[in-house]
Amino acid sequence: MTQTTTAPLAADPAQLSPPGLGRRLRGAMHSSPAYMTGILILLLLFFTFMRPNTFASAFNMRNIFLDASTLLVLSIGMTYVMIAGGFDLSIGSVLVFAGVAAAKTMEAMGTDTIFTVLVGLVVALIGGVAWGLFNGWCISRLRVSALITTLGSMGAALGISYLLTDGNDVRTVPTTLIAIGTGSLMGIPWLVLISAVFTVVGMVWLHMTRYGRHTYLVGSNAEAARRAGINVNNHLLSLYMLSGFLAGVAAMLSLGRFSTTTLEGHGTDPLEAITAVVLGGTSLSGGRGTIIGTVIGVFIPAVLANGFIIMGVAPFWQMVVIGFVVIAAVYVDQLKRQSRERG
Amino acid sequence: MTDAAPASAAPILQARNIVKHFGHVEALRGADFSACAGEVTALIGDNGAGKSTLVKILSGVYAANSGEILLNGAPVRFSSPSDAHAAGIETVYQDLSVAPDLSPAANMFMGRERLRPGWLGRLGFLDNAAMRRESLQAFQRLKVSLKDMDTPIADLSGGQRQSVAICRAIMWAKNVVFMDEPTAALGVVQTGRTLDLIRRIRDTGVAIVLISHNMRDVLQVADCIEVLRLGRRIARMRNEGVTVQDLVGAMTGALDSQEEGAAA
Ligand SMILES: Nc1ncnc2c1ncn2[C@@H]1O[C@H](COP(=O)(O)OP(=O)(O)OP(=O)(O)O)[C@@H](O)[C@H]1O
Ligand SMILES: [Mg+2]
Repeated sequence: MTQTTTAPLAADPAQLSPPGLGRRLRGAMHSSPAYMTGILILLLLFFTFMRPNTFASAFNMRNIFLDASTLLVLSIGMTYVMIAGGFDLSIGSVLVFAGVAAAKTMEAMGTDTIFTVLVGLVVALIGGVAWGLFNGWCISRLRVSALITTLGSMGAALGISYLLTDGNDVRTVPTTLIAIGTGSLMGIPWLVLISAVFTVVGMVWLHMTRYGRHTYLVGSNAEAARRAGINVNNHLLSLYMLSGFLAGVAAMLSLGRFSTTTLEGHGTDPLEAITAVVLGGTSLSGGRGTIIGTVIGVFIPAVLANGFIIMGVAPFWQMVVIGFVVIAAVYVDQLKRQSRERG
Repeated sequence: MTDAAPASAAPILQARNIVKHFGHVEALRGADFSACAGEVTALIGDNGAGKSTLVKILSGVYAANSGEILLNGAPVRFSSPSDAHAAGIETVYQDLSVAPDLSPAANMFMGRERLRPGWLGRLGFLDNAAMRRESLQAFQRLKVSLKDMDTPIADLSGGQRQSVAICRAIMWAKNVVFMDEPTAALGVVQTGRTLDLIRRIRDTGVAIVLISHNMRDVLQVADCIEVLRLGRRIARMRNEGVTVQDLVGAMTGALDSQEEGAAA
């Protein structure tokens, strides 16, 4: 097994320059996002072929993007957390909590201007970050597992939301916010634009900055990261705060789109986000993953659900199919890991 | 008292009376240690003698329950690995301490990433090209050739991963490099090269501390040998006329009565 590793000669000159585009593409071909992109393209082609006039219409594409926008924002945060080897089951409830806090505040203000919306946004972000801080503190300082901590705050955040509203949705969302939530710029819905901006920023930040690099290091080998002088606990704390922050953003998107706090509407959000992240090739054990993979992972279920509806197939089939696809994706990930460990 | 062995130079790093408990386990019970610049100090002892624990304390990973660490004669406190790094002390850990999912360059610069010049750097943007280039230069200087600079190091062989860990320590070390069983996963050829490497680095004036269970390797490269048993240093000797039997005797306790006996 132990091959000769140090050669008497200098390294192969081909290594001197970074890999060219060709080699990088060939490398990327074997990654999970590449397979999943292939599957997404096949799905798009299939539904377009079957229902060219309805599925492939601009209106329908717009709907798919619109439906995916909130989940996409949540999944960006989940990608960071999962690359660091963590989990955040609380994002759906934190979204609801942040939405309730923002809606109540805006209701109390009694105004309906862009300023009202900005105040609401700040309240939603603070609400989201506060839950993230709580989660991150329990996980990094008290060493309660991420699964249990965020399961607990999932219940607690939703419970507090019900207490704040007596179980009735707040429907006094300012029309300024609804105009953003349902409006568009040059034919592209604001929600899609906003989630695209967060996706691109999240991608650049994860793949090009020191913060992103530390996220991968913490997930790949937390003890090694600690010995390398990285403050692992603070990094974890900040990751859960990031996840909460994005839940706050998603809360405003959701308020604007549905003009209500949708107390009952976000129970499966964390599971859908985890599904998207896993489909996108992020390793459950941390250390690997990409934002582009997560984007693909968000759109596969979205396209499938939409296509089934258009073809008249019961949309519940989407849940069945995606369920099995996730299991298969994780199985493939494990196979790859095992073959690496053997090699 | 055990420092009586003739040293060719003043010790750059010294530990006195280090005690470390893990719950009820007393890993170190008043261990002493010293390493000199430009020398290879071998730290030997049976399994569980406390070698790795001592190294982790001197690298800032663990805090000792009591005891004293001196760098160039002045007392220092390492409350984190960064403190040890700042003091020019680097470590190749027994478990390597690498991130298997990241590239060799990312591992070389773990925790000390190079940032882009200018405002992009201030925003935290990485200078991956510079890190890759400098890593490659370090590998070439140390005559390590990796087949692929752009793959996660999980895809490399065990020996290559070890080479990355060794190169990282050497690239950053100014004063002391601890190597906790650096040749454990290596074949004969590799081990020979690593020992050569150790000699070459020593000749640059850095203090090397080598932990190994292979007594032939120890006798080949060490200038000085410290023996740890049950959490205490029980012998320190110059590598002059010492035999494998002497070392085994010291480790197992057969030489208890003649602590400095093996020294020439
Ligand atoms: N993190 C820890 N928690 C509890 N006990 C520990 C820990 N680390 C080490 N020990 C104990 O301390 C003692 C010394 O261990 P250490 O790893 O330092 O020995 P070693 O000399 O490096 O052995 P080896 O040659 O097998 O590597 C052992 O009894 C070990 O079980
Ligand atoms: Mg050990």
